[in-house]
Amino acid sequence: MNAPTVPDRKPAAPARRAGGRNLELPEHLKAYKGVWVFLEHDLGHVHSVSWELLGEARKLADKLGSDVAVAVLGGPDEPLEQFAAEAFGFGADKAYVMHDPVLLGYRNEPFTKGLTDLVNRYQPEILLLGATSMGRDLAGSVATTLATGLTADCTELNIDPASRALAATRPTFGGSLLCTIMTLAYRPQMATVRPRVMAMPQAQAGRAGEIVQETLGLVETAIVTKLLDFIADANSNRINLPYADVIVSGGKGLKNPENFRLVFELARVLGGEVGATRPCVQAGWVDAERQVGQTGKTVRPKLYIAAGISGAIQHRVGMESSDVIVAINTDANAPIFDFAHYGIVGNALQVLPALTQAFADHLALRGKAAA
Amino acid sequence: MHIVVCIKQVPDSAQIRVHPVTNTIMRQGVPAIVNPYDLFSLEEALRLKDRFGGKVTMLCMGPPQAEDALRKCISYGADDAVLVTDRAFAGADTLATSYALAAAIRQIAKEQAVDIVFTGKQTIDGDTAQVGPGIAKRMGLQLLTYVSKIVETDLDARTIIVERRAEGGVQVLKTALPCLVTMLENTNELRFATLPSMIHAAGFPVRKWNREQAGIEDVSRIGLKGSPTVVSKVFGPTPRSEKAEMLELDTSSLRDVSLNLLQKIFTRHPTLEADLLMKGTS
Amino acid sequence: MKKPSQFDAIVVGAGPSGNAAAYLMAKAGLKVLQIERGEYPGSKNVQGAILYAKALEEIIPDFREDAPLERHIIEQRMWMLDDTSFVGTHVRSDDYNKPPYNRYTIIRAQFDKWFSSKVREAGGLLICETTVNHLIMDGDQVVGVQCDREQGDVYADVVILADGVNSTLARKAGFHGEIEARNVALAVKEILFMPEETIRQRFNIGEEEGVVIEMVGRITDGMMGTGFLYTNKESLTIGVGCMLSDFKKNPNRTSPYVLLEQMKHHPSIAPLIAGGEMKEYCAHLIPEGGFNAVPQVYGHGWMIVGDSGGFVNAAHREGSNLAMTTGRLAAETVIAAKAAGRGYRANALSPYKAALDDSFVMKDLHKYRDMPDILHRNPQFFTTYPDLLANAARTMITVDGVDKKTKKREVMSSFRQRRSLSGLVGDAYKLWRAFR
Repeated sequence: MNAPTVPDRKPAAPARRAGGRNLELPEHLKAYKGVWVFLEHDLGHVHSVSWELLGEARKLADKLGSDVAVAVLGGPDEPLEQFAAEAFGFGADKAYVMHDPVLLGYRNEPFTKGLTDLVNRYQPEILLLGATSMGRDLAGSVATTLATGLTADCTELNIDPASRALAATRPTFGGSLLCTIMTLAYRPQMATVRPRVMAMPQAQAGRAGEIVQETLGLVETAIVTKLLDFIADANSNRINLPYADVIVSGGKGLKNPENFRLVFELARVLGGEVGATRPCVQAGWVDAERQVGQTGKTVRPKLYIAAGISGAIQHRVGMESSDVIVAINTDANAPIFDFAHYGIVGNALQVLPALTQAFADHLALRGKAAA
Repeated sequence: MHIVVCIKQVPDSAQIRVHPVTNTIMRQGVPAIVNPYDLFSLEEALRLKDRFGGKVTMLCMGPPQAEDALRKCISYGADDAVLVTDRAFAGADTLATSYALAAAIRQIAKEQAVDIVFTGKQTIDGDTAQVGPGIAKRMGLQLLTYVSKIVETDLDARTIIVERRAEGGVQVLKTALPCLVTMLENTNELRFATLPSMIHAAGFPVRKWNREQAGIEDVSRIGLKGSPTVVSKVFGPTPRSEKAEMLELDTSSLRDVSLNLLQKIFTRHPTLEADLLMKGTS
Repeated sequence: MKKPSQFDAIVVGAGPSGNAAAYLMAKAGLKVLQIERGEYPGSKNVQGAILYAKALEEIIPDFREDAPLERHIIEQRMWMLDDTSFVGTHVRSDDYNKPPYNRYTIIRAQFDKWFSSKVREAGGLLICETTVNHLIMDGDQVVGVQCDREQGDVYADVVILADGVNSTLARKAGFHGEIEARNVALAVKEILFMPEETIRQRFNIGEEEGVVIEMVGRITDGMMGTGFLYTNKESLTIGVGCMLSDFKKNPNRTSPYVLLEQMKHHPSIAPLIAGGEMKEYCAHLIPEGGFNAVPQVYGHGWMIVGDSGGFVNAAHREGSNLAMTTGRLAAETVIAAKAAGRGYRANALSPYKAALDDSFVMKDLHKYRDMPDILHRNPQFFTTYPDLLANAARTMITVDGVDKKTKKREVMSSFRQRRSLSGLVGDAYKLWRAFR
């Protein structure tokens, strides 16, 4: 994620005063060291958000002069060691692995116990999880069990040089502002991050690490919640917006839902996905899965074309990390032109078909040349 | 059946605006609403009451004006409402909030045992989704988040079966009562309040508890003191230094502008053209 | 078969007139139900807004303690604008700085919420997001209302209609006809956020002091109407309104919003609002028919208060104070009728009309009863005169070597050319008649 520099300007609101509470890290917590990432996995592969977090963890650990470790829990036959090996390639130094029959398939109780046991045993100073269905379910339980601070949906993670604490930045007040939150007197400092907010790190071949095997110590009969079944989503028509590398997006500036076909057409020529702003989704113009933005998906494609989108902050935070942003809007003052790379003040209903034709012609020409 | 539904009153963030220069939040006249995610949980609770009979008690930790949010829920059909309000709660983060709410629910349970606690999936002003799991942990309740459907509730056997949204599919989970459930959004549609229930809600005596009445003894666990997270600063997003390079339409034809744009994009992103070509051939 | 009353009174609407009525009745111990169609009281209300303290003092004497008030007004400016200039009169006095203050700017969303909270404190029940569809009649007696919710009938001894300028209830019940475009103005306004410091400097006022600017002239594009600019604590309100009939007749088809935009760009106005960030935009209808447009205001089991009854004094741009006063008078009538125990037929409610006639409400409306008509038929007051005056002022003020006597002759001749001597005399007479 393009890191906006921490601003020189004064903050709008003063930092909260201590209010009688202790903001000093107690002696016994100073021993907590290391940055951990919880590896979320399913159906034989690790969720990309865990790798994205690992990339961040490595940066944080380097600043702290600490190690990076991953915690990976699963069933007896699941390829957890393989996941660990992948993790080493992404920058982890250690992997705490826990196999157990009760850890086959996610359930809150055994996973909470497993992760908190590991934390209590090995005492990391920072613990990161993806803000997914599993991650949020687990993070809240673990943070409460450990009675520590948890900051959710962070858009940026840093180390505060003075306190060496984790400075977690996230949107606030409906996304119009950002706030930085720290957990000064408790450990581990926990944070969740949504998929695609952080960049996918580069894997380094040949990087090795240490695997530590641990046991859970829970029997199935002691666990109240039973996983009866898992019904996979039908794979056809699955919209995979977060990982698309070309996205063409439409907003209310398109005037009516029929005009979205122009967006779909351009996306088709580019082999990309179609996104939309929240108002369009709320109006029922497109599937909710296509919503890009603060309450929708975060995306970081190579090319993001925004048609008829004003660029309000709630949408912006979902796509501003795109490599190349092109904006088309009839309003020359639309905020989107403040952060797009290229802009056209014009009617998307005319510009989109023109672009579609231009791309189609160009690619056809180049394709022939290459053939 | 006795169900407790926890709600939060939040500013309607869609209406909050920030002054671009001073970064002050313009909250004048922004209405406070019931956190929208909570309403899906409320509706689910009311449906269970419709089926099994019993009582739905609303619970909210907030400032005095949060009473209006509770009244709104009474108008939809909830039977009772408790507002836990005390200056000591000010500045609470999610850990301190779940502590306070768990204590209050224990007090409520003293009057009548609680079978299910519902909370919203997350709030629109905090987004953390932590309070539900926090309450469940503190009360030893089985936790069921991201529930898309309550499949079966068996009050005699004290079990519940739900469908839970996970990555790539839906988990079917069975657990014991009492439990805590957070409903996924858009899983149901909130009913309309009838006129008699609106009138009933308008005059309803919402119970107000301070921290003692809520059964909270340890003040170090609530409010600012009980919050491990500290907001160290609030600031506006840094504007990008370069604005967009604008391509003028009035001086050139649309076709020319488009081709020009393509050149710029491909120059700026060296591998993009190759990627697009690959897609074309595959 | 008439159902028993659940309430002594139902008040339809939670604007100033409805709140005044509901508050006083609830305070007197009556069971009151107030029904508002908006999401919250004030959400559907729009006003300049200026609060005239006297009217509220008579309802809540100590309102200054906790009512949300913006600035008290110490300076009034009246401007007549042509396209590039204005001729104006300013009245500013330190007397206005002596409490208790007489006029305040307010922000309606907050004020209405406050007033409504008072109603509830007094024991009134309020439900929102509920629209009353029609009155329930038992013969010729109003006995309740029907709302747009399930099981939506509710019964009361009296129903007070405080449902605003667009009221359909009274019309549906046949109590009065459609509102005519000539009796109603359409006004639009914006609230522009501006730092307190900027406001103080630009308007030369202290922290709590306020300025009101009322404007006529070219800004209304030849239509009958006025513009205004008010200072709030941290924002400015700017707006313009014209007769709906004029909007319809206007050959340029200028929309109210366009009018406001043009006004904001006027060289005399633009610098005052420069840098302001728009944070609210709204539009509303304002009754302007005056005395002759006030309908029947009471009947068997019903009364009308506020805008719904056309109680607006357009000449002085007073509406909310009349609204509150009519609400108060209606409440007092109901309270007395309940005490008398002789039912709520028209004769029991007629004291309301008598009280209205006896109050400034009808007296002022009566005084200005000819004004709407005169102004309708004499558009020169909104076009020619502003031009002439501005030109005259410019001519006299500009120092360009022409002697003053010549200038004066020029000015007089310009007036006579545009209006002719008889026209000028006639206009003077009409103005005198209108404002008499």
